[in-house]
Amino acid sequence: MPNKTFFWFFLPTGLAMILFIGLPIISTGIQSFYAQHDQVVKEVKKCDPFGCTVSIVVDNEETSKIREAKPLGKFNGFGTYTDRNHLAVDEIKKFWNETENFGAFVDQVTNLPFYKALIFTLTYCLFVTPNVLVLGFIIALSLNAVARKIRGPLIFGTILPMIVTPLVGSLVLFWMIDSQGIIGANIQNLMNDPYLSLKSSKTLTWITIIIYGIWHHSPFAFVVFYAALQTVPQEPIEAAIIDGASRFQRIKHIVLPHIYPVVTFVALISLMDNFRVFEPIIGFSAEGSAQSLSWLIYDNLVNEEVILFGSAAATSMMTIIGIAILLAPVLIRTWKEFKTAR
Amino acid sequence: MDYGLDTKSTRLKTFNTIFIITWLLIACFPFIWTFWGSFKVRADFFSRSDWWYAISAFNTLIETGGQFTTNAYTQAWTEGEFWKASKNTIIVTVFVVSISLFLGTLGAYALSRSTEKYAFWILMAALIFRAMPHITLVSGYLFPFFELQIWGILPTTIVVLVAINQPFTLWLLYSFFKTVPKELDESALIDGCSYFQAFRHIIMPVMWPGVITAGLFSLMLAYNDFTVTALLLNQENHTMVPKIQSYLGTNQHEGNLMWAVSAVVSATAPLFMLVMFFQRQVISGLTAGAVKG
Repeated sequence: MPNKTFFWFFLPTGLAMILFIGLPIISTGIQSFYAQHDQVVKEVKKCDPFGCTVSIVVDNEETSKIREAKPLGKFNGFGTYTDRNHLAVDEIKKFWNETENFGAFVDQVTNLPFYKALIFTLTYCLFVTPNVLVLGFIIALSLNAVARKIRGPLIFGTILPMIVTPLVGSLVLFWMIDSQGIIGANIQNLMNDPYLSLKSSKTLTWITIIIYGIWHHSPFAFVVFYAALQTVPQEPIEAAIIDGASRFQRIKHIVLPHIYPVVTFVALISLMDNFRVFEPIIGFSAEGSAQSLSWLIYDNLVNEEVILFGSAAATSMMTIIGIAILLAPVLIRTWKEFKTAR
Repeated sequence: MDYGLDTKSTRLKTFNTIFIITWLLIACFPFIWTFWGSFKVRADFFSRSDWWYAISAFNTLIETGGQFTTNAYTQAWTEGEFWKASKNTIIVTVFVVSISLFLGTLGAYALSRSTEKYAFWILMAALIFRAMPHITLVSGYLFPFFELQIWGILPTTIVVLVAINQPFTLWLLYSFFKTVPKELDESALIDGCSYFQAFRHIIMPVMWPGVITAGLFSLMLAYNDFTVTALLLNQENHTMVPKIQSYLGTNQHEGNLMWAVSAVVSATAPLFMLVMFFQRQVISGLTAGAVKG
């Protein structure tokens, strides 16, 4: 296809992606260097028969004037990145000097909002992704052994958790495990502890969200693995059976190596999706004990008094860097393959 | 796996059946339960005293005189203005699907027929764009949109969703276009067609399965989106998913949980029916990128 034709064919979609994905990333970058204006204060002298008092009040007129003149806020450089709500450089230095042992230091640092969110996000990725792969593979193997006639409805039932939006999926689960729901109430009875509930314990909340993540993502892994299983060649398996290989050995030495490229694909996609975990936190109303990076951004953007553009943008930039680190091995590998292919 | 040689023991078969039934229960029961509970009153579905009320409809009988009630639905759809939210969802979905398919087929066709190096780099850039968390993009949109005064209206959201959806649509359609033999359009070009005519009259007619799959995924993205619609639309223009969230209530105002339950059922039912009908296409779309390469 000549370059000119390519250009006209690609122009509409290219324009959409540049304008609404490329530029916003740049806009986020710029915003992250600005912070909202401080309120302008003025001294007001109030005199009454008993004497004069000077009080400091917010000058609304001046404040809005400045906001109008420079809507982006004041230039802050890397100030937002290093403040207490983000990388918290000063706080960490202070903790390092003040705390006696390393455990206490880690404890202090993980209580800072950004690190708290980062740790939750990473924990979520770390637990959900491998479990999704394993569970998805087991479901695929087991459905593959069922008679072909009834597979259709079974597959439909299996993919339900995946096609609903995460907010709805987590709500549906939350309504069951809440202290007033069917599972939650029964667990309370079983444990004989009327105060046992999801919200009361941080660990329980984390476990619930992770279980939700596995429930929501496994169907995707299942579908891809199931399709890959259909392409596994029959002859080597038959040969292995004749040679006396057990079922487990056949899976380990023939099926898994065959579908290995697909495994990396699923792992990558689900890692990318898990890294942006956010809606389940709202669905489970777990803001108190579990915050993710995406949730921090959302929280800044729905702030009631003044939207914290700068703060949200700084967290966004660091999230993007995190994604880049996750993607780097794949991109490097693809680039190498591309170079050798030429 | 049915290989004549592979005989399964009865024990393995039983184990397999039990496993599948357990998994299906875990996967489907929450939805069945929510559907059942949406026809009860709040005191039954969220019972403090006894969860069995949700089955025996103890409070529903007292409050409404029947085993089942559709009060939650009628209230959510009228008082809760869920009709407005579903109208908005329909508008957003229809426009997002048609625009993304139009842009996506053109772009993916060009990518699949180009032998130049930049086609590869464009696909890689699309992959990176696909990985961007939507919320980081939204934090980039909000400020410029406020300044341009285009925040809160449906067209903005539609354009944004189309753009966010493009990387995935491009990859999906690209892998479908690759399966259409090059000779087909080459012969049309020799016969004197322009590239656009070849695309329009030769390629598109054989591409319908791929287009339907890509359309389904655009539909699911637009229909299910929370991040973009919740932050870029004003109250008046909210679509279904942010509307459901607003029923949950916040610290400041009490929500109406039963509205949320019935709204969840109302929003999920069409989606399930769609997937039931187009199951084959959904699965082929999910696997297109993975299995073929």
